[in-house]
Amino acid sequence: MNAPSRPLSQKTEIEGGVRAPQRHDSGHKHVSGTATYVDDIPTPADCLSVAFGLSPKARARILSIDLGPVRAAPGVVDVLTAADIPGANDVSPNAVHEPLLAEDGEVFFVGQPIFAVVATSHLAARKAARLAQIEWEELPAILTVEEAVAADSLFEAPYVMQRGDALAAIAAAPKVIEGSIGIGGQEHFYLESQAALAVPGEDADVTVHCSSQHPTEIQHKVAENLAVPFNAVTVEVRRMGGGFGGKESQGNALAAICAVAAKRLNRPVKMRYDRDDDMQITGKRHGFRIDYRVGIDEDGRILGVQFEQMAHCGWSLDLSMPVADRAMFHADNAYYLPHAYIRSYRCRTNTCSNTAFRGFGGPQGMVGIERVLDQIAFELGREPAEIRALNYYDRPGGERVMTPYHMEVEDNVIHALSEQLLASSDYADRRAKIKDFNAQSPVLKKGIAFTPVKFGISFTLTWMNQASALVHVYTDGSVHLNHGGTEMGQGLFVKVAQVAAEVFQIDFDRVKITATNTGKSANTAPTAASSGSDINGMAVKNACEQIKDRLTAFAAERFQTTPDQVRFLPGRVQVGEAQIAFEELVSQAFMARVSLSAAGHYATPKIHWDRAAARGRPFYYFAYGAAVTEATIDTLTGEYRFDRADILHDVGRSLNPAIDLGQIEGGYIQGLGWLTMEELFWDDAGRLRTHAPSTYKIPTASDRPEMSIALFDNENREETIFRSKAVGEPPLMLGISALMALSDAVAACGDGTVYPDLDAPATPERVLRAVDRVRGRAWETTRESGR
Amino acid sequence: MRDTLRFVLNGEAVSLSDVDPRTTLLDWLRERRRLTGTKEGCNEGDCGACTVGVTRLEDGVPRRRAVNACIQLLPMLDGASVTTVEAIAGPERLHPAQQAMVDLHGSQCGFCTPGFVMSLWSAYPDGPQPRRAVEDAIAGNLCRCTGYGPILESGEKMHALPAPDWETDPLPALEAVASAESLALTAAGCTAYVPATEDELATLVAAHPEAVIVAGATDVGLWITKRLMEPAALIFVNRVKGFDRVVETPTHVELGAGATYARAAAALASLSPDLGEMVRRLGSVQVRNSGCVGANIANGSPIGDGPPPLIALGAELVLRKGDAARTIPLEDFFLDYGKQDRAPGEYVSAVRIPRPKSPDSLKVYKISKRFDQDITATLGAFLIEIADGAVASASIVYGGMAGIPKRARAVEAALLGRPWTLETVEAALPAYAEDFQPMSDMRASAEYRLRAAQNLLLKTFHETSGAPSKTRLVGAEALA
Ligand SMILES: Cc1cc2nc3c(=O)[nH]c(=O)nc-3n(C[C@H](O)[C@H](O)[C@H](O)COP(=O)(O)OP(=O)(O)OC[C@H]3O[C@@H](n4cnc5c(N)ncnc54)[C@H](O)[C@@H]3O)c2cc1C
Ligand code: FES
Repeated sequence: MNAPSRPLSQKTEIEGGVRAPQRHDSGHKHVSGTATYVDDIPTPADCLSVAFGLSPKARARILSIDLGPVRAAPGVVDVLTAADIPGANDVSPNAVHEPLLAEDGEVFFVGQPIFAVVATSHLAARKAARLAQIEWEELPAILTVEEAVAADSLFEAPYVMQRGDALAAIAAAPKVIEGSIGIGGQEHFYLESQAALAVPGEDADVTVHCSSQHPTEIQHKVAENLAVPFNAVTVEVRRMGGGFGGKESQGNALAAICAVAAKRLNRPVKMRYDRDDDMQITGKRHGFRIDYRVGIDEDGRILGVQFEQMAHCGWSLDLSMPVADRAMFHADNAYYLPHAYIRSYRCRTNTCSNTAFRGFGGPQGMVGIERVLDQIAFELGREPAEIRALNYYDRPGGERVMTPYHMEVEDNVIHALSEQLLASSDYADRRAKIKDFNAQSPVLKKGIAFTPVKFGISFTLTWMNQASALVHVYTDGSVHLNHGGTEMGQGLFVKVAQVAAEVFQIDFDRVKITATNTGKSANTAPTAASSGSDINGMAVKNACEQIKDRLTAFAAERFQTTPDQVRFLPGRVQVGEAQIAFEELVSQAFMARVSLSAAGHYATPKIHWDRAAARGRPFYYFAYGAAVTEATIDTLTGEYRFDRADILHDVGRSLNPAIDLGQIEGGYIQGLGWLTMEELFWDDAGRLRTHAPSTYKIPTASDRPEMSIALFDNENREETIFRSKAVGEPPLMLGISALMALSDAVAACGDGTVYPDLDAPATPERVLRAVDRVRGRAWETTRESGR
Repeated sequence: MRDTLRFVLNGEAVSLSDVDPRTTLLDWLRERRRLTGTKEGCNEGDCGACTVGVTRLEDGVPRRRAVNACIQLLPMLDGASVTTVEAIAGPERLHPAQQAMVDLHGSQCGFCTPGFVMSLWSAYPDGPQPRRAVEDAIAGNLCRCTGYGPILESGEKMHALPAPDWETDPLPALEAVASAESLALTAAGCTAYVPATEDELATLVAAHPEAVIVAGATDVGLWITKRLMEPAALIFVNRVKGFDRVVETPTHVELGAGATYARAAAALASLSPDLGEMVRRLGSVQVRNSGCVGANIANGSPIGDGPPPLIALGAELVLRKGDAARTIPLEDFFLDYGKQDRAPGEYVSAVRIPRPKSPDSLKVYKISKRFDQDITATLGAFLIEIADGAVASASIVYGGMAGIPKRARAVEAALLGRPWTLETVEAALPAYAEDFQPMSDMRASAEYRLRAAQNLLLKTFHETSGAPSKTRLVGAEALA
C-alpha cells in the first residue's frame, strides 16, 4: 500500500459531532436573507400565480355560479373548478375523500376553496378570486362541539379506552369531584404561510417545491390529482419557515392545484396563501371540551377517573382520528389512574378542518388531567405539587405503572426530575412569599404552579415509524446527506449531519445537508410526532455504517489485517499500526471499485397497537419534563404577566444541547400562548374573526418570563440515536404551568370555596370573569369562543 | 413638478416613473428587485418579517428607522434611503446584529430572522440598552420558534462585538436624491401626489377631495393589501415641509398632522408619563415610525388610542381647507361611527394639546389581550382634579366602548362635586350603563368591556388615593 499522500489530522475530537452545541446550519443564511424559501426561488418570467376563490358560507348549496367576472379580470390566464382536475380532486391525508375544490355545489366551511384563479401575479390572482358571483341556498351549520354531539355529527362512534372499572371506582370513592374545561384551538402561525411551486417537465413529469412536512404525501396527492403514477412527481423541500404540524397535510391543496395548472398551461405555477387566507383555510389545533369525574381518597389519591373528550375536528377528517387518539393517550399524563374510562367524540362541524399541531392532541388530553389535579388540590386545600407527586406513576419496578392503554411505564424519571426542579426553583419558598404578597396586595395577585410532562414518543400508527436516507461519500471525502426528514427550524438537519459526522469521524462542515427530495429518499413518513431525529438519525446512521463497513473491509484487506483492527479516528482511520486520512481511504476505496453510496432505513422496534382492543405499546419510550411558572394578575382588568419560569427537561443524552434548549424554550412559549392570549373566535355565521395577527395574538418578546432552563441528566433506556430523546413536541406542554399559575392567582382572590374554573385560552376577559366568580360576583357573557 | 420618484436602495440611487404608486415596497423589492431576503409574513404590518431600514434626514440629521415594507407605498420613500437585510454585512464580516443572532442561536426556521435583524440593525446606533428597551425594539417582530430569549440576548450582546467599520455616511446619497420639488407620478391608472409644502397640500386636497390622503399608511396600506382597494388618487403628506413638526411650549404640545408617533413620543410623554407609556404600547416601533398622531385622529376609529387621552387633556384640532383653517375641540371632531366633522377637500393640519396642571394627573389604561402591539379592547383616560378632597373637574374618555372615542358624561356628572372616596366611585359605577352600550367582538365581550371600564375608574381611585400597593403590570410603575 502507498504511503499516505495527504497530511494526517492529529485531532482528538471532530468539530460538530454529536453532543456538540453546533449552530443551526442555515443560521448565517437566515440572518443575511439568503436562505431560500419557496417564494424566494427564482422563477422564469412566465411563472404564474394561483389564488383560491373561497366560500363565504359555513354550510350552503351553490344555486348558481358566474365566474365570468373572474375570467375577465386583469391578468387572469385560467380559472379552474373541480371539473378541471384530471384526477381525484382530493387532498385527504387518509382514505376518506376530501375535495381539493368544492364538489357537487356544496360548501362546508367559510374559507373552503371553490375555484382557483391562475393569473400573472399573486395580487392579480387574489383580486380576481373575489369577483365570482354566486347565489346560495344557506343550510344549517354546526359550529361547536356541543352542537355536534347533540346532532350526532361525529366522524365515528365514540371511541373508548379503559382500564379497570372507573365508574364503580368513582361511585365507591370517598370523594368525587367533577367539572368541565373548554380548551381553545390554536393557529400555527408559522411565519411563512403555505406555499408551493410546480414546474412542468417532459412526459407526465412535474417537479414541486413546497413548504411541507410531508413531501411523500404531497407527491401522492399531486400524482392522484394529475392521474399519473407517483414516479412522475418529484417533490423537494429545502426548508420551511415554521411548520408545527400545520404543514403536515395542509399544503396538499396548494401543491396539487399548482401542479394541475402547470401541466395544463405548461408553465411554472406558484401559490402562496395570503396570511388571512391561510388562517381561514387551514386547520388548527383541535379545540376540546373535556368533562371529567374523578373519585379520590382522603389524601387526594385518584381512585378512578372518567373523561369525556369532545374534539373539534372541523368539516373533514384530515388527521383528527390520530389526534383525538393521542389526546386519550395523554389523559393520564404522569399519573397512575387505577381505573380509567376515557371516551372520545370526534365532532364534525362546519369550520376549517383541524389538523396536526405540535403535541397532536396530547396537550389537550394533558390539560384535562392537570385540571383535575389542580381542582383536587384546591378542594382539599392541599399543596398542588404534593397532590401531583402523590399520584405519579411509580418508579420503574413499582406496582402503579400501567397506563389506561395497558402499556407499562418502564422509563419513569418524573420523581427525581420533579424533586430537582422544585428545589432549584425555590418553589416552596416562593409559594410562601406569594402568600405574603397576596395578603398585602389588593389589586395585583400572584400565583405559582408546577406541572409535569410525560409524553409518548412514536407515531401511534405503527407503520409510520420508519425512515429512509441516502448517503454518498465523494472521492474527496466530502459527504452528501439526504433523508426523509424535513427542516422547519427545529434543527433536524444539523442533528442528523452531526450523526453522519460522528459515524465517519469527520468534521461537521464536510457533510453537505441537502433538501428533502422524494427522488432521493422515498416513501417517507412526515416529519412529525417529534420523531424526526429519532428515525432519520437512525436511517442516516444505518446508511453511514453500511459505507463505513465497506471501508473497514476494504482497509483491512489493503493493510492485510482484520476489520477489528480498523478504527475511525477524527479525520483519519487507524488500520492496524498505520493511519490514513479519511479522504485518502475513500479515494483508494473508489479506485478499488468499492461503492461509496448507501440507502439507509430504520424501523422503530418494540411498538405495536391494537386499536380495536385499545391495548398495546404505542410508544417506544416517554420524554419527561416539568415547569414552574409564576404569574401576576390584575384583578381589575384580568390582565396578567408571567414573571418567571423554571424548566427541567429530559432529552436523554442530547444530540445538540443548544438546539434542544431552543426547542424547549420555544415550545414552552408556544404552549403558554395557546393557553393564555391566543384566542380563536368564530362568529355566529361560522366566520373566523381572528384571521390575522392583528386579531390573533401570539406571544411577543415582552411576554416571555424570566426563564431558566436546564436539561435533566438522563439517558434513554431504549437504543435510540446515541441515546437521545425526541424534543420537538414535549416542551409545548410545559406551558400548562402558565395556565395553572393563573388559576392559582385567581384562587387567591377568593376565600377558597369557589374553584376558579378557568377555561383556556385564559384571556384577560376569562381571568377577570374567574376573579369575579371566586369573589361571588359572577357575570355572564354573551360571547363564547375558542372551541 | 417632478414625475420621477427617487430614493436610495442599498446605497444606489433609484429613479422610478412607470410604477403603480400603490405598489408596496415589499412587493417591489421581492418581485422587481429579487431582493427576497425581506419576507412577507402577514402583509399587514403586524409580524415584522418585512422590516427594512429607512434613513431620512430628521431635523437635518440622517436617522435610521425600522419600518414594515409590506405597508409602505413606494411614493412614501421619495427622498429616503432604504436598506435591506442583504446589504448590511461588511465585505468580510456580518453586521453585529447578524453575528450575534448566529452565535446565540437566534434563528430556528429563519423566516422571521431578517426582520429581527433589521429591527436590531435599526436600534444598533442607540448603543447598549436595558432588556426592556430591547423588548420594545423587537415588539413588532413575531417569532414562533425561539421563545425570543436568544433574540433578546442578541440585542444586548451585539454591542460587545466589533463595530461595523464599513458603513459609510448616508448623507451624500440622501442629498443626491433630495429635492425641494413636489412629485406627481401617474401609472396604472393611479396618480400619486407628493407635495413639498403645506400650501401645495391644501390646494391638492381641495382640488381632489376624492383622493386618499396617506400619512404613514399603517391604515391605508391595509386597504390596499387586504381589502384590495384600488384608489385612483393618493396624496402623500410625509414630505410636506414642517408637517411633521413637534413643538413643545410651556403650555402646549403642538404636532403637525404628519408627526409620527415616534417623533412625538417624547413630547407626549412630557404631558403625562401614562400617555408616554400608552405611546410605547401603541403598535410597535415600525408602526410608530410610520404612523402619525394626526392620522390616528383623522381615521375616525373608535379604537384609536390617541384620541381618548388627547380629548381628556382638552386637545384642539386644526382643520384646513384651501386657505381657510378652523380650530375645533378634538372631542367635537368625532360625530358618529365612521363620521367626522371634516368637509370634502378639508384635511387635518395640526393638533394642539394643553399641558395638564401636573403630568401625573392624567391616567391612561390600555386593555388588550397582549401588552405589546395589540389593538385596544378598551382604553380609559382620566383627568380628574381633586380640590379639598372633592372632585373639582373630571374628564373621562374611553376608546372601544362606543362608535367613537367617547366621554363618560354621566359618570363624570356622578363624580363632580362629590368627595373623592370609594363610596363616590362605587356610586358612580351604574352610570356607565347610561354612557356606554359597548359591543361584543373578537377582542372582548360587551360585558367585559363594561366591567373593565368600570374597574378602570376604581383603579384610578386606587392610584390617586394614596394606596401604597402596586396596581400596574407593565410600564415604569410596574411591579418589579
Ligand atoms: C400593526 C399595527 C398596529 C397598530 N396598532 C395600533 C394601536 O395600538 N393603537 C392605535 O390607535 N392604532 C394602531 N394601529 C393603527 C394605525 O397605526 C394608527 O391609526 C396610525 O396612527 C395611523 O397613522 P398613519 O399615518 O399610518 O395613517 P394612514 O394610514 O396614512 O391614514 C389613516 C387615515 O387617516 C387619513 N389621513 C391621514 N392623514 C390625514 C390628514 N392629515 N388629514 C385628513 N385625513 C388624513 C387617511 O386618509 C386614512 O383615512 C396599528 C396599525 C398597525 C398596522
Ligand atoms: S409582512 Fe408582516 S409586517 Fe409586513
